[in-house]
Amino acid sequence: MSSTNRHLLEVNDLRTYFETEDGVVKAVDGISFLLKRGETLGIVGESGSGKSVTNLSIIRLVPNPPGKIVSGEIIFDGQDILLLRPEEVRKIRGCRIAMIFQDPMTSLNPFLKISKQLMEVTQLHLGHSKGQAYEHAIKMLETVGIPDARTRVDNYPHEFSGGMRQRVMIAMALSCKPELLIADEPTTALDVTIQAQILELIKKLKHETGTSVILITHDLGVVAGMTDHLIVMYAGKIFEQAKTTELFARPGNPYTKGLLRSVPDPTAEQGKLYQIPGAPPDVSHLQPGCPFAPRCERAEEICRREFPPFVELTRDHHSLCHFADEVFAASGGNLESTRA
Amino acid sequence: MTDDPVEHHPEDQPALTPLGVPRVETPDPDVIAVGPEMAVAEADVRWTEGDEVIKGRSLWRDAWRRLLKNKLAVFGLVVVILITIASITGPWLIHKTLGFTPDYIPSNDVRLIKSFPPFTGPDGKFSWTHPMGTDNAGRDQFARVLQGGQISLFVGIISTLVSLLIGISYGAIAGYIGGRLDNLMMRLVDVLYSLPYVILIIVLLSMFRSQTPRGQLVLLFVALGAVSWLTMARIVRGQVLSLKNQEFVLAARATGVSTTRIIFRHLVPNTLGPVIVYATLTIPQVMLTEAFLSFLGFGVQAPLSSWGSLAADGAQNIAIYPWQLIFPGVTMALTLFSLNFLGDGLRDALDPQMR
Amino acid sequence: MPRFIIKRLLVTIPTILVVITITWGLIRLAPGNFYSGEKRLPPAIEKNIREKYGLDKPWYQQYGKTMWNILRHQDFGTSLNFRGQSVNTIIRRSLPVSAGVGILAYLLALLIGIPVGSIAALKQNSRWDYSSMAVTMLGISIPNFVLGPILVLVFSLSLYWLPPSRWNGFFSWNVLLPVVTLSAVYMAYIARLTRAGMLEVLRSDYIRTARAKGLSEKDVVIRHALRGGLMPVVSYTGPALAFLLTGTVVIEKIFALPGLGNYFIQASLNRDEPLVIGIVAFIAITLLLMNLLVDIAYAYLDPRVRY
Repeated sequence: MSSTNRHLLEVNDLRTYFETEDGVVKAVDGISFLLKRGETLGIVGESGSGKSVTNLSIIRLVPNPPGKIVSGEIIFDGQDILLLRPEEVRKIRGCRIAMIFQDPMTSLNPFLKISKQLMEVTQLHLGHSKGQAYEHAIKMLETVGIPDARTRVDNYPHEFSGGMRQRVMIAMALSCKPELLIADEPTTALDVTIQAQILELIKKLKHETGTSVILITHDLGVVAGMTDHLIVMYAGKIFEQAKTTELFARPGNPYTKGLLRSVPDPTAEQGKLYQIPGAPPDVSHLQPGCPFAPRCERAEEICRREFPPFVELTRDHHSLCHFADEVFAASGGNLESTRA
Repeated sequence: MTDDPVEHHPEDQPALTPLGVPRVETPDPDVIAVGPEMAVAEADVRWTEGDEVIKGRSLWRDAWRRLLKNKLAVFGLVVVILITIASITGPWLIHKTLGFTPDYIPSNDVRLIKSFPPFTGPDGKFSWTHPMGTDNAGRDQFARVLQGGQISLFVGIISTLVSLLIGISYGAIAGYIGGRLDNLMMRLVDVLYSLPYVILIIVLLSMFRSQTPRGQLVLLFVALGAVSWLTMARIVRGQVLSLKNQEFVLAARATGVSTTRIIFRHLVPNTLGPVIVYATLTIPQVMLTEAFLSFLGFGVQAPLSSWGSLAADGAQNIAIYPWQLIFPGVTMALTLFSLNFLGDGLRDALDPQMR
Repeated sequence: MPRFIIKRLLVTIPTILVVITITWGLIRLAPGNFYSGEKRLPPAIEKNIREKYGLDKPWYQQYGKTMWNILRHQDFGTSLNFRGQSVNTIIRRSLPVSAGVGILAYLLALLIGIPVGSIAALKQNSRWDYSSMAVTMLGISIPNFVLGPILVLVFSLSLYWLPPSRWNGFFSWNVLLPVVTLSAVYMAYIARLTRAGMLEVLRSDYIRTARAKGLSEKDVVIRHALRGGLMPVVSYTGPALAFLLTGTVVIEKIFALPGLGNYFIQASLNRDEPLVIGIVAFIAITLLLMNLLVDIAYAYLDPRVRY
């Protein structure tokens, strides 16, 4: 069902909470963003920021006890996924929205040949026969750069290296030519050299097929060359969102600035590596005020008392901070020229 | 007979890791899901002492708290304690108050030499004297069941201790020394694992039946201990293998601590978690084996009696005097039930260490 | 894999020999003997008996002769107690009874245990889960020598639904109670193992991937989860067989079945050396072979395992 809707994905005020022994964990607490067709969106955050749960929520894979999507809208190609029946969601999963996960070692079924795991997808969604699915699987493997695809398709996952396995995962995800690919930390578990290869592969395939991509990571270095837009998440909320180039050049939020500073710069002089002091908060027991306040260099009284406003710095650049304007200006942002 | 030979006791994991993080997301490498170390290094390695002793104490208390939250485990613990106390003091108390010993045969009154159902007196009317009835010779069942408990529990605990001793030493040595010795020792365990132990024990016990009842008991301890040490050795070895490359061991070696001391004063205390769990689960298994043996006539010999031999006697008369089997049987089942729950609860409480 | 099998078989042979030797040793070391128990016979009679059974020869000769017969001719001799019957015949006759009951019991355990455990895992923390786990805990805790007579009491003696203990061949109702009694503990254990295995698998990443592909829950469970989830049960089969053996001995006593276990007990009590050795050796061989089979099956099912 295609429409002339401009946005492929529209997430409005998504809230996903978990009921635990220690209280309610608000893993995702009011996230909204838009994704155009063909765009790549990056979601960046430390562990526990809620980025992974956001993704799982999009395809409704949040484990039901204890998690629940409490409110919000997830409008994919004009339809609200949250209102669909489970069978309909399943039709979308794997076919129109595909997901690849962080750890290729454990994300593939060790007991089944990868041919079987690849064939499943097209047999289910595209109605392929066994023969068709088999050939298609081989073709997909070749697309992702697995040498000797015809022989290797009958191997088991443990017979592949980490990087190869991730390629297999990508092949599996793209089998049905999905409109949206969600990549949840696809390179975190891999070597740095392999990381680059996998990212290149994703970029290439994206260009060839026009798939939109959501890329989740905690590593700012990864998103730099890959994404069009960026969202920075912290404690279940969006702290800043902007075009990638804009965010890197003119961050409007102390947290973002901190993250940027933590990326080691090989060209800079040898000095201490910067790390944002402290640790991510316990999301089940949040203090009032800004969740980042305890660790923020810029924090003042008001930050600990009141929850910060979501400030629109430019039309496409927002920041959750009491001092967003100042931070933005300090990084070189020009408010007047961009505010109409 | 029950034995859990599957080493990584796969049981349910709570939905939260002990740090309260919901176990739902991708295993994010930054989220710590590894259990805290329970290292309690000895005075040999002073520089870490302060740090680790403090950590150790609060972790055991954490586990204890978790255990208490598990209602079934608490139930198990309470029942086991009650039954143990009852078995130890019961026969003596009954003797003091009612004048029966478990062997007391009311030989002066022919009317009393028969099996009464529970709570019945000789005249067929309700009476408090024999809550579990009597056996064919008129002996009070309640006292006999409690005394049987003494023997059964005693055998269970001592045999488990024997197997602990053998298993821990064997496993720790194999794990620490590693290499070919480890290989050899574990091969031996594999081979021994596939032997029909109980069969051999039956042969052993039947050949040496003429021993005194006390001698028979000692034989039982050793024999039963020899059955269950294998899995203990495997568990301890696994733990030692994972611990031996950690810092406190390297530090101990660097300061010249002897190998024996390292093994027994440093490594073994850190394996305590799984060892305690497995020991608690071994006791019921050993008790069951003893009961089997006694039931078949090879275990505890008269005049000593365990729940198994009581059941053997009772099974004969199941048609006419079913209570003779039911009471020892149910008591034993209840004890095993509770021990199993307790063991499960301990395993969940010490959860991070298990995996 | 073939190398692995051969290596295992090579280890098996000396193991059996050691087992036989230990058994023989135990019998010889024990005080008393088969023909008189503890009593002392008049010396002349005793001398005759000893001569007749070759007991007057030095021990190593006797040991050698026994082993020779076993290894060369697979002949375990004649039973001392059951006049004139060769041990091999006795074993051959009683084996089907024991093996039959044992195998039926284990199959029943699998048949019921696996579905119960799987459903408990799928409906975790539901009433089905809690109640089935409680029942299985009972099953593990009630010894079979308690369960057996109680079942007989209820079903044979009170309700008259089933005949009481006796052996009437395999295809009679007599088989039911012994098999069920023997099976109970394994049923319970397998249900728990299945539940635990499935729970662990259902939490794993590859199940999440399978769901993300849009597979129906049924396909996820049957095609993906079951394979891994049942592995603990496969591993368990090896040791389970050993315990099944001892369980069978008790069952045979309770239900008076003419099986291997019963003969074993009698032989042990009567110090019937050839029969004891024969049965022990047979059991040891069976166990070792079955363990080997289980290991092979495991390798077949889990492609990561390579010997």
